[in-house]
Amino acid sequence: MTALTAPLAALGRPVLAALAAIGRVTLFAAAVIGHIFRPPFYPREFLHALMQIGWFSLPVVGLTAVFTGGALALQIYSGGARFNAESVVPSIVAIGMVRELGPVLGGLMVAARVASSIAAEIGTMKVTEQIDALVTLSTNPIKYLAVPRVLAATLAVPVLVAVGDAIGIAGGWLVGVNRLGFNSGTYLQNTVDFLESWDVISGLWKGAAFGFIVAIMGCYHGMHSGRGAQGVGAATKSAVVGASVLILAANYILTELFFSA
Amino acid sequence: MITLSAVTKTFGKNRVLRGVDLTIPSGQSMVIIGGSGTGKSVLLKCILGLVQHDTGTITLDGQDVTKADRDAFLARFGMLFQGGALFDSLRVWENVAFRLMRGPTKRPKAEAREIAIEKLRRVGLKPEVADLFPAELSGGMQKRVGLARAIAASPEIIFFDEPTTGLDPIMAGVINDLIREIVTEMGATAMTITHDMTSVRAIADRVAMLHDGVIQWTGPIADLETTPDPFVQQFIHGRATGPIAAVR
Repeated sequence: MTALTAPLAALGRPVLAALAAIGRVTLFAAAVIGHIFRPPFYPREFLHALMQIGWFSLPVVGLTAVFTGGALALQIYSGGARFNAESVVPSIVAIGMVRELGPVLGGLMVAARVASSIAAEIGTMKVTEQIDALVTLSTNPIKYLAVPRVLAATLAVPVLVAVGDAIGIAGGWLVGVNRLGFNSGTYLQNTVDFLESWDVISGLWKGAAFGFIVAIMGCYHGMHSGRGAQGVGAATKSAVVGASVLILAANYILTELFFSA
Repeated sequence: MITLSAVTKTFGKNRVLRGVDLTIPSGQSMVIIGGSGTGKSVLLKCILGLVQHDTGTITLDGQDVTKADRDAFLARFGMLFQGGALFDSLRVWENVAFRLMRGPTKRPKAEAREIAIEKLRRVGLKPEVADLFPAELSGGMQKRVGLARAIAASPEIIFFDEPTTGLDPIMAGVINDLIREIVTEMGATAMTITHDMTSVRAIADRVAMLHDGVIQWTGPIADLETTPDPFVQQFIHGRATGPIAAVR
């Protein structure tokens, strides 16, 4: 009997652990959402988080977008040449950037930069008893630490995505005009003609969802960090890995919701 | 008055508190002594609700702390953490005035800053320190800022977790004297956790020894040296042999 059930138990343990972890993160996210609309509010912490998450992520998101847009133009041109369809480069670059690559790569870059930084900062606060100190000073750590960051990330990442979209399309245009011989005016006209507003808006909604995921994972893992430097390191790693996987999973679900026939 | 009755706390298989009974009378300075890892900090965190105890009751002036209004309960406390636990992102005066700038007793920023500077002065720090960040301070200065934050809102009860750990003997003496003076002048109830016997002698009105998850001995500071309790005698004289295992 044991021989029969042992493999099932070995399979069941990680499944149960994963389900429990999903439950804990979901409860944490619900607690954060519940605190967003209830006072006290911390505008100073929110503005600080907005600067850290939004403004200081612009360079990394911009650089990612410009190179991705350029590479995308090269790939589509090369692939399109097999069907004599080189002229689709501007429209495919634009649609690819705003629907998929802008939000997903922007989200992943923010996950790498922001989820790690939030988890490390809050994790360090936990191991140095700063979170306990907050409690003794009658301040709810979720409200003071998590809510401003989650709100800031949810609002800032769509803006980053919009900027990334524009820079990515510009990257494609640069390569298209200077490397692939497209006429500048025609390239831009094709980009505008084939792009629909929903393409852009759906990408911005994805950005908001990804920003929420990034901040939730950073805050959750920071607040549940283990002891010492190793604990903070593990929390940081879990935040980045968890946020990245959830972004990719959420991207599929949102794409199904937005674009399935 | 804080009363603990049969308080237990277990982490996994580790039974840290096995039935703690202790009374801390109002206006008195109680020092909890005991070896490292005996659960002194856990006991303190159980009283504050930072850690939930498993069984037993903890009351403050007769009211069960788990059923009390949380904000009102915490507003009566000040706490000095072992490492200071100052908020890195805030300036020194903002750390000290943290409670004063939030919640029902919120004051205008200028007034909160004034009070913070006054409290910093009370712990022997110059007003220039107010605008520095915690990372710019020495360990002793951070402890003093932590002490200023603990007393900023004039709490009725102050907890001190290892107040002299990591400090040189002179700075430790300064902190001990400050704690004694402040507790006396504020008339506050104090609970200090330490294994520094110099601190015990400087701060305590009463002493309790925590060992093996229970209060092994408790009594006035005057009885500490003369008690025949072998656990206390081994601990206060730092003997390697006795009823307390040297390797735990």
